[in-house]
Amino acid sequence: MSTDLLATARELRYRIIQMSHAAEAPHLASALSCVDLLTAYFFGKNSPDPAKAKDPGRDRFILSKGHAAIGLYATLAKRGYFPLGWLERFAQEGAELAEQPAPGCAPGVELATGSLGHGLPVGIGLALGARLQKKSAKVVVLMSDGECQEGSVWEAAMFAPAQRLSHLTVWVDYNKWQATGRSPEVMAMDPLVDKWKAFGWRAREIDGHDIQAVAQAMSESPDPEGRPTAWVAHTVKGKGVSFMENDNNWHYRIPTVEEVAKAGKELGQA
Amino acid sequence: MRNYFAKRITDWAQKDEKIVLLSGDIGNRLFDKFKESCPGRFYNCGVAEANMVGVAAGLAIQGFRPVCYTIAPFLTYRAMEQIRVDLGYHHLPVILVGTGGGLSYASLGGTHHSCEELGMLRLIPGMNVAAPGDARELEMILSHSLHSSSPTYIRIGKKGEPVIHPTPLKASPGQPLCLSTGKDVALVACGTILPEVVLAAEHLKRDGITASVFSQPYLKPFADQEWNKIFQEHRLVVSVEEHSRLGGLGGALAEWKSNKPKSSPLLRLGTPDEFLHRTTDQEGARKYFHLDAEGIGKSVKDFLRS
Repeated sequence: MSTDLLATARELRYRIIQMSHAAEAPHLASALSCVDLLTAYFFGKNSPDPAKAKDPGRDRFILSKGHAAIGLYATLAKRGYFPLGWLERFAQEGAELAEQPAPGCAPGVELATGSLGHGLPVGIGLALGARLQKKSAKVVVLMSDGECQEGSVWEAAMFAPAQRLSHLTVWVDYNKWQATGRSPEVMAMDPLVDKWKAFGWRAREIDGHDIQAVAQAMSESPDPEGRPTAWVAHTVKGKGVSFMENDNNWHYRIPTVEEVAKAGKELGQA
Repeated sequence: MRNYFAKRITDWAQKDEKIVLLSGDIGNRLFDKFKESCPGRFYNCGVAEANMVGVAAGLAIQGFRPVCYTIAPFLTYRAMEQIRVDLGYHHLPVILVGTGGGLSYASLGGTHHSCEELGMLRLIPGMNVAAPGDARELEMILSHSLHSSSPTYIRIGKKGEPVIHPTPLKASPGQPLCLSTGKDVALVACGTILPEVVLAAEHLKRDGITASVFSQPYLKPFADQEWNKIFQEHRLVVSVEEHSRLGGLGGALAEWKSNKPKSSPLLRLGTPDEFLHRTTDQEGARKYFHLDAEGIGKSVKDFLRS
């Protein structure tokens, strides 16, 4: 399984870089840092079935860091949620997929995101709603580290354990960078996992690029004590391409033709 | 009005299992019956309004009809972006009920006043906005919003407001509600200022000015065609609200009038571009802003003389 996941993640990274280039869409490095998390969720054990993308009782995945939408789009298309052709038209006039997800834009996109700090409160509502309907659906919210600076995240972080929402899981893509600086320096983020623990979550740390470990973590059962789960995934911004890793210019930079080719080679795709 | 809201939402929720009530840590004992008769469908979301609105959005996506209830300024100003993005952009049928609207909580200070929120929410595409003038209007608006596919903001008062309409109301959303007819001016109220407006019409009558009285609880939708008639039939239309003269009823009517240069003039009565810094109660605040019956009457007479 892990070889497949690795190969899938490499393919997705290259696709994302091509999409960023073609559409001149920014936030490339933010998407690259969470590709392994997306791959593990959508291709790992117990991954959701695209044929059930409209099933009212389905599990829900919210990409709360909406600026990494190209990562989600590439993953969903590869998994069969919608045609690959949608990726080719990405961000063009009138296309299905915009730079950040619009409401109901595509199967598998559960929420329009882009403004940070919205995904977790809505995820709580989804989890509460599922529980009220006596469904066992799970809700996963993927957030950025910069996003954890929003007050609404911590309002939600206090509410979910009070409601004992064990079917709710947060993944923080902790790549240590935000748009214009190092996130743990801009705000006192650390110790991030302790913050989640202190708020009443079953919180753990993980190497967000150890795709097998991540996939294993994602298939774990809900906490028997009823706590929601938070994973602080240590990641590298721009992961997978040597000249993009940890270079925050790639938060906004668009790769040139040459850079796309070079990245493709590094990823074993070109 | 808030007791009436609690009673009616409890009645409705007993019949409709989709109704879920979210409270921002207010209404102590107010919802005891709701909690008892609708187990699992009442959530005290704490002092965390942004989260409450997001949670409501998630519940609405799951097919529920969430109703968020807390003090008007906290529900709206604090959670403005959640209302815009989670409810507006996604067009989810969540009902927001802001209690203590306008100057209801004048005595608690400027933090508790809401004289701008109707205008702010009216700008959100697809959002219904209403401020009922009495319990019968609230009943009608709640019924509309529980059957609507749009998000709705309902600004209510506190407790003890008089019932003005003699009988239950049946009107479509956005329609002005006529309480009495006169030949000279049309007084139009939005929200719980309604009894002052009714009284102001009586004062004016003593001075030989006959006034029609309308209540216009809805700011969105806004029944355009009705206003043609009202402006044609009166030589002056006066909007009255516990809200800024900008953006609320007066603002909506001014916008409506902007491409009708021949219509009668509009006098907008509301709060000026000023926070209330005076220690006072609702009655005192209305007096201070000339929004009590006497002040309204005087403004109308001054305008007609000018």
